[in-house]
Amino acid sequence: MENVSVSVKDLSLSFGAVTVLDTLNLDIKDGEFLVLLGSSGCGKSTLLNCIAGLLDVSDGQIFIKNKNVTWEEPKDRGIGMVFQSYALYPQMSVEKNLSFGLQVAKVEKTEIDRRISRAAEILQIQPLLKRKPAELSGGQRQRVAIGRALVRDVDVFLFDEPLSNLDAKLRSELRVEIKRLHQSLKNTMIYVTHDQIEALTLADRIAVMKSGVIQQLADPMTIYNAPENLFVAGFIGSPSMNFFRGELQLRDGRAFVHANGVDFDVSAYPSRGPFKAGQKVVLGVRPEHVRVDEASSGEPSHQAVVDIEEPMGADNLLWLKLAGQSMSVRIAGQRRYKPRTAVTLSFDMAVASLFDAGNENRL
Amino acid sequence: MPEIVAFNTIDAGIEPEAEKVQARATQAGPRGKKPRRALSGRNIMIYGTLIVMALYYLLPLYVMVMTSLKGMPEIRLGNIFAPPLEITFEPWVKAWSSACTGLNCDGLSRGFWNSVRITVPSTIVSIAIASINGYALANWRFKGADLFFTILIVGAFIPYQVMIYPIVIVLRELGVYGSLTGLIIVHTIFGMPILTLLFRNYFAGLPEELFKAARVDGAGFWTIYFRIMLPMSMPIFVVAMILQVTGIWNDFLFGVVFTRPEYYPMTVQLNNIVNSVQGVKEYNVNMAATILTGAVPLFVYFVSGRLFVRGIAAGAVKG
Amino acid sequence: MAGHTRGSGRPNQWLRNLNAKFASVPMILTAVVIFLGGTIWTVVYSFTNSKLLPRLSFVGLDQYERLWAAPRWLMSVQNLVIYGFFSLVFSLVIGFVLAALMDQKIRFENTFRTIMLYPFALSFIVTGLVWQWLLNPEFGIQSVVRSLGWTSFAFDPLYNSNIVIYGILIAALWQGTGLVMCLMLAGLRGIDEDIWKATRVDGIPMWKTYLLVIIPMMRGVFITTLVIIASGIVKVYDLVVAQTSGGPGIASEVPAKYVYDYMFQAQNLGQGFAASTMMLVTVAIIIVPWAYLEFGGGRKRA
Repeated sequence: MENVSVSVKDLSLSFGAVTVLDTLNLDIKDGEFLVLLGSSGCGKSTLLNCIAGLLDVSDGQIFIKNKNVTWEEPKDRGIGMVFQSYALYPQMSVEKNLSFGLQVAKVEKTEIDRRISRAAEILQIQPLLKRKPAELSGGQRQRVAIGRALVRDVDVFLFDEPLSNLDAKLRSELRVEIKRLHQSLKNTMIYVTHDQIEALTLADRIAVMKSGVIQQLADPMTIYNAPENLFVAGFIGSPSMNFFRGELQLRDGRAFVHANGVDFDVSAYPSRGPFKAGQKVVLGVRPEHVRVDEASSGEPSHQAVVDIEEPMGADNLLWLKLAGQSMSVRIAGQRRYKPRTAVTLSFDMAVASLFDAGNENRL
Repeated sequence: MPEIVAFNTIDAGIEPEAEKVQARATQAGPRGKKPRRALSGRNIMIYGTLIVMALYYLLPLYVMVMTSLKGMPEIRLGNIFAPPLEITFEPWVKAWSSACTGLNCDGLSRGFWNSVRITVPSTIVSIAIASINGYALANWRFKGADLFFTILIVGAFIPYQVMIYPIVIVLRELGVYGSLTGLIIVHTIFGMPILTLLFRNYFAGLPEELFKAARVDGAGFWTIYFRIMLPMSMPIFVVAMILQVTGIWNDFLFGVVFTRPEYYPMTVQLNNIVNSVQGVKEYNVNMAATILTGAVPLFVYFVSGRLFVRGIAAGAVKG
Repeated sequence: MAGHTRGSGRPNQWLRNLNAKFASVPMILTAVVIFLGGTIWTVVYSFTNSKLLPRLSFVGLDQYERLWAAPRWLMSVQNLVIYGFFSLVFSLVIGFVLAALMDQKIRFENTFRTIMLYPFALSFIVTGLVWQWLLNPEFGIQSVVRSLGWTSFAFDPLYNSNIVIYGILIAALWQGTGLVMCLMLAGLRGIDEDIWKATRVDGIPMWKTYLLVIIPMMRGVFITTLVIIASGIVKVYDLVVAQTSGGPGIASEVPAKYVYDYMFQAQNLGQGFAASTMMLVTVAIIIVPWAYLEFGGGRKRA
C-alpha cells in the first residue's frame, strides 16, 4: 500500500480481563484528516494513546511512515500530540513550553528559534511567547498546545478531544482554524472527539467506534447518508434518525415495510441485494428526508398528528405521532404547525436506510 | 467586643425571639438590615468556651517561660503563675552550656548540634527518596509496585517496637549502628510510608496529560521528574519538609535506641538533664532547657502557619 | 491473532521501565525487608528464649505465659486500656466541640487555631516535662491553690499511683486535641453549604443538625481520626518516660516502655519480642476491622 501514513494492524489491548480494543485494523493515508468518533468509553482515546505510544499494546502492530513503531518510545514515533486539558507545563513560559521537547532532543538553538517563530506565526501567538500558561485564555492555551505539536516538525498530529474544554463559540472558531491548519500543512491528523459536528466538519474520513470496534470507516457524507449499521445510523445525526421496526412484504412488484400497521413503500430504496419477503427489518429515515403536506398525487403518503413543535430559527422541528409511534421531522423554519394538527407525510425512500433487524447491518 | 460580628448564614435558627420582636416594635415592619447584637448569649457561650480553652493551651507555655526567668530562691517561695520579680537569664545560659546530663556537663548545646546534624540530612534524604518513590508510583507504575506500596502503608501502622530490633541487627551488619548515618537511615525508613503517600497522591493529582505531553516531547523518567514535576510541586515539598523537620527533631525513641550517647539528639539530652537523679533539681534551668528544645519546631510552626496544618492533616490521613 | 510478523528486539520485560524500578529500590527494600521481614522476624523470635542475643531455640508460648503473669505487664495493659479509652473519648469530644465552635464564622479564628495547635508541634518529651512541672505538688498547681487558702486541696496525680495515668492523660490531651480539632474542622468545612441551608429552611435546631445530620455525614473523618488517635495510643512511650519514668513504682508503665526496657535494659529479648508482638496484635485488632470497613466490605455503603 502506498501513501500510508499510519497503519494499525490487528491491535488488541486489554487491562486484565477487560478488553478495550480487539483486533483492530486501520490505515490512514498520508495527509488525511481522520476522526475517531464515539461516545465515552468506546476506546477511541485508548486507540490514540496506543498510536502515540503512551499505552503499551497487548497484541498487534503499529506502523508510522512504514516503520514498525510498536515498541518505540512516543518521542521516536514522529508524532505531535494535543490534549484536551492542553497539558501546558505551568511553570514554563509559552516559549519554553514550545522549546522544551526540542531541547530534550538536543536540537540546535537557531533551529529551535526558527521553528518557534514559524509556529508562532502560523498560530498567531507571537505576543504570548513570554507569558505563562496561567495568563492565557482557554483558546490561547489550546493554540500553544497545537504549537507544541507544530514545532516538533512531525508528519502525524494526534488530537485528543482538543476542543472539549472550550465554550461553544470558541470551539467553532478553533474548529475552523484546525481545518485551515490542515489545509495549509497537509499533515496526517488523527482527531478524537465525541462531537459529531466536529467529526462531520473536519474529517476526510470518520471512524465510528463502539466497544473497541470500528463500526464504520468512511467519508462523512457516506457515514451520514449510508450508515453501515443501526448503531452508526442512530449515533450520527441530531435529532436521531427515525426508526420503524417491521417486516418486508412484496406485493404487486413493489416492496413494503410493514410496521405498526403502516405500510412504507420502499421500492425506491437502493438495496444491495434482492428484497426477501418476511425479513424482519428496521427502516431508518432522517428527519429532513420526510416531507410534510407536500405529497404529489399518487405518491404514497401517511397521515400523522403534530405532537410538539420546536422552532430553532433556521429550521423547525416537528415531533409527530405516526400510527402511535413518535418521530421527528425537520422542515423550513418559517413553516409553523400547531399541536394536534393532522399532516400528510411522504418519505424520500431513495435516501433512507434499511437494516436487518437481526444483525443490524445495512441491507 | 466589636459592634457587629460577622455572622454565618446558618445561625439565625437559634436567634433569640426577643430581637425580632424588638425590631418590629421600633419600625413599621422589618426593613433593611436585620439587627444583631454582638453580645448575644450565643456569642458569650462561643467566645467564652474558646477563651477558656485557649488559656488551657497557653498556660504551660506561660509557666515555662516564667519559671525559666526566675532564680531558684524565688521559685521555692513564690507560685509558678506569678511573673518573675527579678528577671534572670542565667538559667538559659546554664541550660545551653553547662547543665549536667549525668554523663557530662556541657549543657544542651551538644544535643542541639546533634539534632541539627540528624535532622538536616534525614529530612533531605527521606524527602528525596520518598518523592521519587511517589513519582514512580503515580506515573511509572510497574508490575508489583502497588503490592510494595500496600505493604509500606500497612507498615506505617505497625508499632515501631515490633521492628526496632531487626533494624538494630541490619544496621549492625551494615556497620552503622550507633552512628549518625544509622539514625538517618532509620528516619528515612520510618518517614517513607507517609511521605511516599503524600507525594504519590500529589503527583497523581497533577493532570496526567501533562506527563503524556512530556513523554511525547521525549522527556524520560529523570527529565520529567526534575524539569516538570519538581518545579510544579514546591508546596508539597514544603509540607513534607515541615512534617519531617518537626517529626525528626521531636523524635526520642530512635535517638535512644539507634545512637551512642555522644550522638544523642536534643530530646534525649533534655530528658537526661531534667530527669537526672543527681544533684539538686534546678527547675528554672529545666524549663529553659525545655523551651530551647521546643524552640525549633515551634519556630517552624509559627513561620509555616497554614502549611503546617496542611502538613499534619496530610500526615494524619495515612492509610 | 497468530501469524503476523513482528519487528525484532522487543525490550525485555524486566528492563522496561528500568528507571522507575531502580528508583523504587529503597521503597521495595523498606517494605519487604524492614516492614514485612522485620515484623515476621520479631514474631518468630518471640517464641524463643532469647536473652542477651537473639537465639533460635523455641520454647513455645513460654514468653507469653511469663508476660501475662508479670505484674508490670498487667499494669501496663491496664494503663493502656484506661488511657486509651479516656484519650479516645475526650479527644473526640473536645476536638469536635472546639471544631464546631470554630466553624461559627468567628473572629480571630486563626489566632485560636494557632493557640490550640501549637502544642502539637512540641515533642512528647517537652510536653511531659512541662506537665511534670505543672503537676509538681510542691510548686505546681496544688501548691498555688493551697496558697490561696484551700489548704487541703490535693492534686498530685504524678505522685499518686492510683491516678497517675490521668496525669499523663491531661498532658496527652493538651498536646493532641488541637490536631483532632483541625481534622474535625476540615471535615466540617467539607460539608456542603447547601445542607446547612436546607436544615435552616426546614427549621431544624442547630444542635440537632449537628447530631443527626452533620456527624453522620462526617463518618469518614471520625473513623480516620479514631484510627490516628488509636494507633498513637498504642505507641505512647516518650510521654511516660519524660513525665514519670513509669513511676511511682510501676504505676504508670505502658506496653511500649515494657518492650524497650526488656529489649535494651533488662536484656531479655524474648520478653521484649513477645510484648511487642502483643502490641502488634492490638494494632491489628484496631486496623483490620477499619480496613475491612473502608476498603473491603464497603459495598453496602451507597
